[in-house]
Amino acid sequence: MQRILAAGFGGQGIVSMGKMLACAGMKEGKHVSALPSYGPEMRGGTANCSVIISEREIASPFIAHPDTLIVMNQASLDKFSKLVLNDGLIIANSSLVEINNDIRTKTRVVEVPANDMAIELGNLKVANMIVLGAFARETGEVKLDFLKAALEKIFPPRRHNLILINVKALDRGFKI
Amino acid sequence: MKRIFGRPRSMTNKPFHYCPGCGHGIVHRLIGEVIDELGIQDKTIGVPPVGCAVVMYHYFNVDMTEAAHGRTPAVATGIKRVHPDKVVFTYQGDGDLAAIGTGEIIHAANRGERLTTIFVNNTVYGMTGGQMAPTTLISQKTTTTPLGRDARLIGYPIKISEMLAVTDGTIYIERVAVNKPANIIKAKKAIKKAFQVQLEDRGFSMVEVLSQCPVNLAMTPQKAAEWIDNTLTKTYPLGVIKDKSGD
Amino acid sequence: MSEKVLMCGNGAIGEGAIQAGCRHYFGYPITPQNELTAYMAERLGELGGVFIQSESELAAINMVFGASAAGARAMTSSSSPGISLKQEGISYIAGAELPCVIVNVMRAGPGLGDITPSQADYFQAVKGGGHGDYRLITIGPASVQELYDWTARAFYLADKYRNPVMILGDGFLGQMMEPLEIRKIKEPKLPEKTWALTGAKDRKANIIRTLMLKVGELEEHNKKIQNKYKRMEKELIEYEAVLTDDAEIILVAYGTCARVCKESVFLLRKEGIKAGLIRPITLWPYPSAIIRKISNNVRYVLTVEMSAGQMVEDVKLAVLGRCPVHFYGRMGGGVPTSEEIVKKVKKLEAHRPEDDQPLAGRHKGTKRKE
Repeated sequence: MQRILAAGFGGQGIVSMGKMLACAGMKEGKHVSALPSYGPEMRGGTANCSVIISEREIASPFIAHPDTLIVMNQASLDKFSKLVLNDGLIIANSSLVEINNDIRTKTRVVEVPANDMAIELGNLKVANMIVLGAFARETGEVKLDFLKAALEKIFPPRRHNLILINVKALDRGFKI
Repeated sequence: MKRIFGRPRSMTNKPFHYCPGCGHGIVHRLIGEVIDELGIQDKTIGVPPVGCAVVMYHYFNVDMTEAAHGRTPAVATGIKRVHPDKVVFTYQGDGDLAAIGTGEIIHAANRGERLTTIFVNNTVYGMTGGQMAPTTLISQKTTTTPLGRDARLIGYPIKISEMLAVTDGTIYIERVAVNKPANIIKAKKAIKKAFQVQLEDRGFSMVEVLSQCPVNLAMTPQKAAEWIDNTLTKTYPLGVIKDKSGD
Repeated sequence: MSEKVLMCGNGAIGEGAIQAGCRHYFGYPITPQNELTAYMAERLGELGGVFIQSESELAAINMVFGASAAGARAMTSSSSPGISLKQEGISYIAGAELPCVIVNVMRAGPGLGDITPSQADYFQAVKGGGHGDYRLITIGPASVQELYDWTARAFYLADKYRNPVMILGDGFLGQMMEPLEIRKIKEPKLPEKTWALTGAKDRKANIIRTLMLKVGELEEHNKKIQNKYKRMEKELIEYEAVLTDDAEIILVAYGTCARVCKESVFLLRKEGIKAGLIRPITLWPYPSAIIRKISNNVRYVLTVEMSAGQMVEDVKLAVLGRCPVHFYGRMGGGVPTSEEIVKKVKKLEAHRPEDDQPLAGRHKGTKRKE
């Protein structure tokens, strides 16, 4: 079972990341759940999404201690890093997140300068996909191809022109 | 023998329960005659109000449902949207339509629901025993305005027909009275037209009927009828308020 | 099996309604159920159905009244403050014996509260809500698939019994995304709605009413609907039992809380505590019999809710003192965590029930772990 908590600012595509992970997990034939935070937080504040990918039926969709914490901004790291188990993983958008030594000694940390890389690709909005690519490589929990396939489900048909740049971003993150 | 006058076929032979001199019976009969003349008895669905006319369905061979007080236009909306080919009308008093159901009537009218509303305005709550209605006149005495309606305390007689006329969803609105034969003939014409507007799928239509409630006005039936001419029509003038049916 | 899609609970409710043949939806926006209203607007637009964003919740429930009276499968949805507004209409619908589906995606109150999840409308849903003696068939699904399946089934049950059905979800269930199989809906054939308002063509006029002024008529009507409720109590009860066969303690929870409790049961089992779970699916009629039966064999029952303790009253009525009934709850948007529940059980395990009440007062069926 893999419990993933993705968190960041509203607008960083946190819920999209959650949906992508859940879709990719479904394609693996696994049980999945994705539980977004909702409410006033949705607009501009912090957003998070709890995703579980499991071989067994998922009892509770809530996550007390994530196996993997994906943080897209500093506030999310400060809020959630202490929940991660000692053998857990933190994937951080190091363009916006600074990680202190205290955390490093306790938990494995993968740093991805996702904002900078996304700007290089020409679209800041795909920073989340770069981080997802890195997640796929680091954990092996979901196949990169399945994440790519999920893009079609996440974007409505009228936005399918955006799929290509997102595929590029997933590849870029996977190859760090 | 040639039959020259009788009860409309769309009505039952149950005697009205209304008080002597009450206008409801006349309005009911006019609706029955119009339904007969338009040949729509088997496709008409009515929604009576909460108020004196709540058991209106006893008097008609027409499908009907009760509605909660004031929600009449919302219930009628639900029916009409299921059966756009049927003729759906609401029958509402001044309490039902102009007080508790103000929201429902304004929005049904503004949506241009293909409904016909017969709005009976007698300036007083009948069934509950003569309380003030939103249409009660200034200085008019009721059980809840024992000293007469004081505008400073409780505002003015509301002019719902004029209010609804400004919404674009309404096609035809006329104010009539049933206090004397000449007015009754005009009232029937208006009611017929309102149903025709619906049959033509044009939008919302309403006839406001000034009616007499002698018991709660504390007048004889004759005085109540005269009071409509001499007093009530000063605040609520008769006539067409809006007619876009020819456009 | 058709391919599964990832869908949020609110969307699943909408699709369940569509698949059940609902083509009339009336609603007023309120968080956290807006995805459902938007879903119905889109789907009914595609299908040529009727979607009205009404001027108020009062209007919405009364449009449902009208559409149902006209013979259609109709639905409205809202969240707690909006459901309070609908109570007038719900009472009329129950009194007039009209079928419809009402969805409450509960949020925390009282008052405007906030938009976080809650289960604090349980009393309102299962004990009445509006005026008069009536019952709603009340369903508490606990997954996206169940929201779909039960919403679809709700329309059948509503038609079968001529009674409003309430789907009682909460903000998290509405927002949560899980795989959904959009199953084809198969339901037994129902008699034609000869009572519906369709125009009195070649038949006597149909009248739908709740006002009954003749002496004794209203009492007879009440007896009739109460008999119907008794029939529902015999025919409708559904629940899920998890590891109850050898359980020494039982958790009782529904909806979101039941999902958390299920995990707690697994955690407790790992620690050697034989816990089980009863998850009522029908909240009215309530699965009292199974809880009563199990209460003979367990040391205590722990009810878990996102409220100050509402369903726990029904659990106590089922148990009738056969064993202690404890409660753990969170309010105002708080969700009990599986760890909190485990902690609560451990605290109860350490506590000797003899300290609370004299032995003589205890039911002889109650066992204590030595």
